[in-house]
Amino acid sequence: MKKIPHLLVTLFICIPSVALAAGTIDGGTKQAVNWSAIGMFIGFVSLTLVITYWASKRTVSAADFYSAGGGISAGQNGLAIAGDYMSAASFLGISGLVYTSGYDGLIYSVGWLVGWPVVTFLIAEQLRNLGKFTFADVASFRLGQTRIRILAACGSLVTVAFYLIAQMVGAGKLIQLLFGLDYWIAVILVGGLMMVYVTFGGMKATTWVQIIKAVLLLFGATFMAGAVLYKFGFSPEALFAKATEVHPKKLAIMEPGSLISNPLSAISLGLALMFGTAGLPHILMRFFTVKDAQAARKSVFYATGFIGYFYILTFIIGFGAITLVSTDLAFLDAGILEKTKSGIAAIRGGSNMAAIHLADAVGGNLFLGFISAVAFATILAVVSGLALAGASSISHDIYAMVIKGGHANEQDEVRVSKIATLFLGVLAIILGIIFENQNVAFMVGLAFAIAASCNFPVLVMSIFWKNLTTRGALIGGLLGLISAVVGVILSPAVWEVTLGFAKGSAPIKLDNPALFSMTIAFVSIWLISVLDRSARAGKDRDGFDAQFVRSQTGIGAASATSH
Amino acid sequence: MSTYEKIEQDPNYQELVRRRSSLGWTLSAIMLIVYFGFILLVAYAPHFLGTPMGTGVTTIGIPIGLLVIVSAFLLTGIYVSKANSKYDPLIRKIVGARRQ
Repeated sequence: MKKIPHLLVTLFICIPSVALAAGTIDGGTKQAVNWSAIGMFIGFVSLTLVITYWASKRTVSAADFYSAGGGISAGQNGLAIAGDYMSAASFLGISGLVYTSGYDGLIYSVGWLVGWPVVTFLIAEQLRNLGKFTFADVASFRLGQTRIRILAACGSLVTVAFYLIAQMVGAGKLIQLLFGLDYWIAVILVGGLMMVYVTFGGMKATTWVQIIKAVLLLFGATFMAGAVLYKFGFSPEALFAKATEVHPKKLAIMEPGSLISNPLSAISLGLALMFGTAGLPHILMRFFTVKDAQAARKSVFYATGFIGYFYILTFIIGFGAITLVSTDLAFLDAGILEKTKSGIAAIRGGSNMAAIHLADAVGGNLFLGFISAVAFATILAVVSGLALAGASSISHDIYAMVIKGGHANEQDEVRVSKIATLFLGVLAIILGIIFENQNVAFMVGLAFAIAASCNFPVLVMSIFWKNLTTRGALIGGLLGLISAVVGVILSPAVWEVTLGFAKGSAPIKLDNPALFSMTIAFVSIWLISVLDRSARAGKDRDGFDAQFVRSQTGIGAASATSH
Repeated sequence: MSTYEKIEQDPNYQELVRRRSSLGWTLSAIMLIVYFGFILLVAYAPHFLGTPMGTGVTTIGIPIGLLVIVSAFLLTGIYVSKANSKYDPLIRKIVGARRQ
């Protein structure tokens, strides 16, 4: 087994940014080929391909393709939303973060969850009542279609692109580690399967892949956390006592540590996580797959439950790994252990492997294979959801509504969507290979920042604020988008780690720009709308009352069976 | 008078909007306060969260963190149960009145 020492060094330097993103997997070394994992993974792929075939027979209309014909139940959609959100990164990243820093992992779990109630209270039902296939339907409901569609499509595509790159690079690294496959093979495999699911099965297949994976992941994580607690007589205190005894940081792992050093940075990250959730296009499109507003609202409730439960499990898994992995020489790198005398630092493959090694420790090789296969399936499912969101934006918002002015032939629209998926798939593979050795941890943070600073302000203002005008939404949304991107480039994670400028030289000290980029977006949307005296602005304001009635009652909403 | 103007006159509609908006924004505010309260504790009082409970190693920060997670679930649950029991019947009445 070859070691790549500089990679591990990089991993250490950028732990805060890894945590920030918790959406990417930083790699390590290639493992021996793991046959039980490959066997189970082939089982998963075969099952999902059968489902894709079944779904393709039933995907005829555009509504089938984009929103599974509105035929997904609230419980199924709750699992699918949870599946979209429980990426391999949050599973391996957060349990790895708990493994290295203890309590800090919980802080991120909490941040990742608290956006969901806000989605339920303010967005889910309104979105279902006003929209059809994409959140741009809602944002442009009473505003100038063309301009707002283009803005929303930009916001969606940029968010999807950064999220997708982070996932692809993470996938390649992870699969290299878990299955012993080459990086480029792994990336092509993920990209290729994603294209098959989305082009043939559309939303129906993508949703079912997501549901199956969510069930498997919840089952696997429950088993692991249960096995850990079982070893300690179901006493968390006994688990924590053992962990503080063996961890080099001792009792410090039971309180907030160095990850959150700058309070403003913590608040800014908190804003990005909380409101970014409500602006992620691949999450928002899930509300169109259910029958009505009631099902939309229930599905977020279920999803919040699943995700919250899952994050509590990752916390236990992380502590379990401290006690069972960092103390077992089989999982440690002898060379690093010699140098650092720390089982935590010496974990083979880096801290993101904590949950994987723990699976081996509590369930043997077969369960290790199961968890590895689930991790791969997770990436595949998340990538498919992202690709579908991006493709919908291209075909529905840009092609059908902007280019064809809302008069596109349905078959053509679906065809454009499939072509867009293939294009996105190939692009994702190419970018995945280009970014192989880049630090992409900041990209998920960037995706959340853009979602919180462009998509969310435009969406929420268009639903609730009568005086919003097309010009205000357009300029404010663009300023939010630009300030988020600039803010990330000037942040320590990119300026110092990725671009290599001197430590401490980053012009903006925030890990995530949401604090100021969201402010810029909201203030400029407000100011420009208030000052807007154009003829269009009058129309925008006049349209609000009818829109508000529909958002509240659902009267006139796109029905579930529009075919 | 157009359809939506008629609906706006419906007392059931006015009640729906009033109740849903006040609950939705109140619960959002509670979630914000709970979460940013937690973040401020993390940022300014990390050692408070590190206070051990009793004689063990479990710190007060553990139940507090878990409580934030559980509160997200509970607040969502409160909203959904209210919406199912109160708002949906109101919406059905509004839709029914429009059909007559």
